[in-house]
Amino acid sequence: MGNYDVIVIGAGHNGLVAAAYLAKGGRRVLVLERQDRVGGAAVTEELFPGFHFSTCADGGGYLSPEVRRDLALDSNGLKIHAADPVVFAPQPDGSHLTIWRDTARTAKEIEAFSKKDAARYPDFVALMQKLAGVVGGLMRIAPPDLPELAWGDLRSLVKLAGPLRKLGRKNLNELLRVLPMPVADLLNEWFESEVLKGAIAASGVRNITWGPQEAGTAYTLLYDWALSDTGLFRSAGVVSGGMGALTKTIAQAARSFGVEIQTGAGVERVAIEEGRAVGVQLENGEAHTAKVIASNADPRTTFTRLVDPLIQSAKLARHVRNIKYRGSAARIHLALREIPEFNALRGGDTATYLSGPIQISPSMMYLQRAYDCVKYGEYSQKPYLDILIPSLSDPTLAPSGQHVMSITAKFAPNELRVGDWAERREAFTEVVLDTLAEYAPKIRDVIAHRKTLVPPDLEAEFGLPEGNPNHGEMTLDQFFHMRPIPGYARYRTPFPGLYLCGAGAHPGGGVTGIPGQNAAREILRDWS
Amino acid sequence: MPRKSPFYSRTSQLCESQSWVDWSGYLSANMYELDHSHEYNAVRTSCGLFDVSPLYKYTVRGSQALALLNRIVTRDLTKCRVGQVVYTTWCNDDGKVIDDGTVARLSDDYFRMTAAVPTLYWLQDNSFGLDVEIEDVSEAYGGLALQGPTSRDVLQNLTDADLEGLKYFQIIEDKVAGVPAQISRTGYTGDLGYEIFVAPDGAEELWDAVVDTGRAYGLLPAGNTALDMVRIEAGLLLIDADFVSTNQTLFEVQRSSPYELGLDWTVKLNKDYFVGQDALRAEKASGPAWRTVGLEIDVEALEKVYRKFAMPLHLPYTSWTEAVPVYRDEGARQYIGKATSGTWSPVLKKYVVIARIKPQDAAVGSRIFMEATVESQRFAVPATVVKLPFFDPPRKRQ
Amino acid sequence: MTQEYDAIIIGGGHNGLTCAAYLAKAGRKTLVLERRHVLGGAAVSEEVFPGFTFTVCSYVVSLLRPEVIRELELAKHGLHIMPVDSTVAPLENGDYFATYADEASTREEIRRHSHRDAEMAPKFTQMMYEMAFAVKPIIGVVPPNPEKPGIRGLGTMKELGQHLHGLGKDTLHELTKIMTMSVADFVEEWYESDILKALASLNGIIGTLLGPKSPGTAYVLLHHYMGELDGAFTAWGQQKGGTGGVSEAIASAARSHGAEIRCNAPVAQVIVKNGRAVGVALENGDEIYAKTIASGCDPKVTFRTLVDEKELPDDLVAAIDKFKYRGSSGKVNLALDALPNFTAIKDPALLRGSVEICPSMDYLERAYDDASYGGFSERPYMDISIPTTSDPTMAPPGKHVMSIFVQYARYDMAKHGTHDEQRQAFGDAVINTLSDFAPNIKDIILHKQVLTPWDIEDKIALTEGNIFQGELTLDQLFFFRPAPGWADYRTPIRNYYQCGSGTHPGGGITAGPGRLAALEILRDGN
Repeated sequence: MGNYDVIVIGAGHNGLVAAAYLAKGGRRVLVLERQDRVGGAAVTEELFPGFHFSTCADGGGYLSPEVRRDLALDSNGLKIHAADPVVFAPQPDGSHLTIWRDTARTAKEIEAFSKKDAARYPDFVALMQKLAGVVGGLMRIAPPDLPELAWGDLRSLVKLAGPLRKLGRKNLNELLRVLPMPVADLLNEWFESEVLKGAIAASGVRNITWGPQEAGTAYTLLYDWALSDTGLFRSAGVVSGGMGALTKTIAQAARSFGVEIQTGAGVERVAIEEGRAVGVQLENGEAHTAKVIASNADPRTTFTRLVDPLIQSAKLARHVRNIKYRGSAARIHLALREIPEFNALRGGDTATYLSGPIQISPSMMYLQRAYDCVKYGEYSQKPYLDILIPSLSDPTLAPSGQHVMSITAKFAPNELRVGDWAERREAFTEVVLDTLAEYAPKIRDVIAHRKTLVPPDLEAEFGLPEGNPNHGEMTLDQFFHMRPIPGYARYRTPFPGLYLCGAGAHPGGGVTGIPGQNAAREILRDWS
Repeated sequence: MPRKSPFYSRTSQLCESQSWVDWSGYLSANMYELDHSHEYNAVRTSCGLFDVSPLYKYTVRGSQALALLNRIVTRDLTKCRVGQVVYTTWCNDDGKVIDDGTVARLSDDYFRMTAAVPTLYWLQDNSFGLDVEIEDVSEAYGGLALQGPTSRDVLQNLTDADLEGLKYFQIIEDKVAGVPAQISRTGYTGDLGYEIFVAPDGAEELWDAVVDTGRAYGLLPAGNTALDMVRIEAGLLLIDADFVSTNQTLFEVQRSSPYELGLDWTVKLNKDYFVGQDALRAEKASGPAWRTVGLEIDVEALEKVYRKFAMPLHLPYTSWTEAVPVYRDEGARQYIGKATSGTWSPVLKKYVVIARIKPQDAAVGSRIFMEATVESQRFAVPATVVKLPFFDPPRKRQ
Repeated sequence: MTQEYDAIIIGGGHNGLTCAAYLAKAGRKTLVLERRHVLGGAAVSEEVFPGFTFTVCSYVVSLLRPEVIRELELAKHGLHIMPVDSTVAPLENGDYFATYADEASTREEIRRHSHRDAEMAPKFTQMMYEMAFAVKPIIGVVPPNPEKPGIRGLGTMKELGQHLHGLGKDTLHELTKIMTMSVADFVEEWYESDILKALASLNGIIGTLLGPKSPGTAYVLLHHYMGELDGAFTAWGQQKGGTGGVSEAIASAARSHGAEIRCNAPVAQVIVKNGRAVGVALENGDEIYAKTIASGCDPKVTFRTLVDEKELPDDLVAAIDKFKYRGSSGKVNLALDALPNFTAIKDPALLRGSVEICPSMDYLERAYDDASYGGFSERPYMDISIPTTSDPTMAPPGKHVMSIFVQYARYDMAKHGTHDEQRQAFGDAVINTLSDFAPNIKDIILHKQVLTPWDIEDKIALTEGNIFQGELTLDQLFFFRPAPGWADYRTPIRNYYQCGSGTHPGGGITAGPGRLAALEILRDGN
């Protein structure tokens, strides 16, 4: 076994993307994965015979188009169905709001709730797309090491020129004003319909442990907006074969560039000599050396388990300890004998309406109340649900005529203040099903199997600390030059040769591939 | 409300001077009589008894206790055997001194640390992810320092422990006057001496026994004034006088490294990683910005200054710790540093000063000038750089 | 049309008076017009019940800018701020937590609750001092317009840039955190004991409709830390005779420089001719003309009530309509027959300081939740002072006045019925909660005055009862306060200026906006 230029720790999607770009850049790359499969949190599992689920990460619509193109993922077999509607939002009174990819069509739907809002919706979309353009540009650069600006930063800032020009000078103030706002305040400025505001605000809180009244949720909305394949606040891509197929395709592309991938090869320690990363020791006793080590693990795991905590500066230890994770989403997987009837769709075109994301978020206050429970270590009694039925797009995921439904249910704290998850997991599942039954009364009758993963389960099975899929909360104090820790937001670490390439690094979570792509670019830039 | 030491019922009875000072929130006697000179002389000729309970004390236990402490301090604790005490500094990431103190190894994975400033948070913050148990035991122990040539005789009367066998910087656990105690052959006086830590409920018993037994050996309770004089003679630094804890100031100019404090010998750059190692390695390579040295003031020159005012020589009657400038030239034009504490040494009959000055002026034997104020007029008085400590009797190590 | 005055200031609040004093000091013939019969706006003391004097709305003086005290020589005009020497918070388990004027006692008290926190407390203060030092230059400048900065704006931005650069990375990182985090998360990084975290969080939520776990509140904490009392950071004080004394002192300084101050003179409208403010029309029909008009009112009144919409560009109107007020606090003033008996507070000397009804972080957060769902907190946070313990002249001998700042009470309490019913229910919630901590309170109340946010709006024309004339959130600070492009105290109407707390650097009894506005007016040659 020879020496490698780069060892990537972890075959999650970002690790694989980084590996592929590095190999494409001419480096000899080895990926080491603890599990027996690639994919990290983006996997497809046959939880029940014949039923295939995207167990943890879900939603294929965030993948960076550049990554998809550069790594030739389509020719490696990637298929993503572009679902339309973007959001189907059934309401307690039996009505529903549907957000379509087409803005005019959506405006028509909104008219049922507010004519004023329907008229304003296109302007809102147009402005947000401009703001999201700049946010998207920022995602693709390494954050400058404020307050020092290097020449390299200026070069990368050029990438922002286009989006900024589109934004226009007049809207620069608007961007600065909106970024730190609560999504609730933003939407209240624009709209009056609670139904519409609830549908949009959900994207501000889906990836964070906050309610829509929390400042910074306008940024999380823009984050989703900047990444999604719909040009709107919610992506609606369904990967054929589930999320595991996506990461398998990236792995295949990486191998085609010469990347070597070993599964079942857990890394015990990153070997640091005289402050420099020089290789890794495996749990099985093997060791490898390499010029560069890139960790796809989250920062807490990287700096407390992979790197010996005894050799870290006091400041680094303090910053790592202070990273907030706070996962609050549970995953509930249902094997369905048939599609349940939704009150809102009696006699309608069920297959079309349910083919995209289904949202139970009837108002901003509903979301806020769902969140408020978690402040006191309790799960929501009326949770916010984000539901996908991917088998409507890809029937191979379930036995013929049957379906798989995956629900992201919020909010469920990582740690319950009363009791523990072992004894309360089922009770929470019942709460979720009760909630769903208000919209689809016969849901319980069509469930063949079910499985619930609460945040501690996600940590145990996918190594996500506190069950946070984003490797750290996407809050304003943990974004851009503060992500993952202040002073090390440029994929580099205090140990020369050791890099971060996962979602804990800028720009953050979602199956985007962007942190991996950015990290690979910075690694190659440092190569001498 | 100030805190009261477990010996307060005794010290308050004895403190005729009623001169108390705040030491880490405790009332601490400056001197027991109206004059400190008996107490000073006792430490150098018989023995003095100091209440050192206000010291901060912490215990660290667990399989990674050694690893944690060795990560924090600048000395190499892997070389510290069970029963040994180590004097050391500890620094922040920039290699600036947070504090100095002692670490005693009581068993393989059980350590006791003493400190001048609160250190619990620093121990905790550096233990993220480690298997250790840290406890603030500052109030769980009262402490006495029995210091001076007859200290061993006094203590041997009260304990079965083999004090002859207890070498310099060693510690044992045994009973003193029937009270379970930790006895270490350490002190802050540069003399033969012991420090004894006991639980508060045994404190009065211990004090009474030591004072009773000590009477025949010339023991006197002694306060901070005498202590400060003897520690300067011994060349030992005092926090907030000779240096400021880097964690208690916002200003870079007030921080100092172990090299600048003349504590080079406490920095073991080649041990495993410790906080501040990289910065100290760099400083070692480039040389520190300051050096801490001893100065002997030219008393005859000072006498001449006084003569200008038709006055006899005045010498500081006790120690001082308010910094004064030091110059390269008599004209006081080239500032080279500051004198941070000084005292007239009755035993040496010298005016001795601890100063922090530029390295190029720090060679032993250099003649430099310290500011002295006589009748509100400033003068630069010649002084000679000497090695620390000023007073170093063989019995200190015996 | 003859110009009787050089300048007319609308509103005799402390900022309006400050602006007037500076203009008069610079030789301008200045007139202040106050709607009510008393001066001071929110900073006013009134004899509400015979013999009982209250600081009706605001209650502490910590943020008054020292340069204003110096330059207007306020001590000569009767400013006398007495330090608040202790705070005490009774806990739900019968214990209490107190801080004292002397550091040693406070350290011991913290140590009683947590050894680690006793070590962290001085470090926390030190860090906040550092942060306050870091933002101090920002407080003292006129915000540039990032869209069209102009030469002066660029200069300001360059200076601030250099200042920030000089702070070093660690400070900047900490500053990023403090600008964006929730105060609960921010103090979580420092303290372990719940009560210390809760009390440290308080200054992050006062005056905003946000809870301690709402991001953005750490900045509000810093805003309060910038208060300098006689140059000493973070020392809080009470004015002798109530907060109204501060306004009286500023008014006296203004008069000494020749300013004229009229009470009971409500302004109906600013008279605008050809895009230029030329005077004001009073509600009684009188018209008074002046070269310069400045409004100390909040942005809504300044732009939407006093002038016609057609005088303003659309984007400014839109921005002012978006500006958030959201009053979050009410006030209950009690005339007492005797001192209340707090079960947990054994040392009566502690009643000379402030009493905080804030027994835990959850208590505070739940109080916020109640308001966030509409209405007021069933068990609110209360900041209580009994000024008669140090200034007995405020009540008849042996009697006391108790001033209770209550949060949360939102402007819109519709679910509680009519205004009168709401006031009644709100007052009951306050007294019931208080009686859990001081059981004898119901027996000793002689008179009770309850002010809800809309009472405050009604009484002193603060929109939605917000005591800061607009929330102190990131999107409403610096060059966004009150609207982008109009943060430099000017308005689109020539010779019409803003000088209230709705401008940078924001609310609190700082007198900062009044001073900066006066300097801008003079700078324009007006």
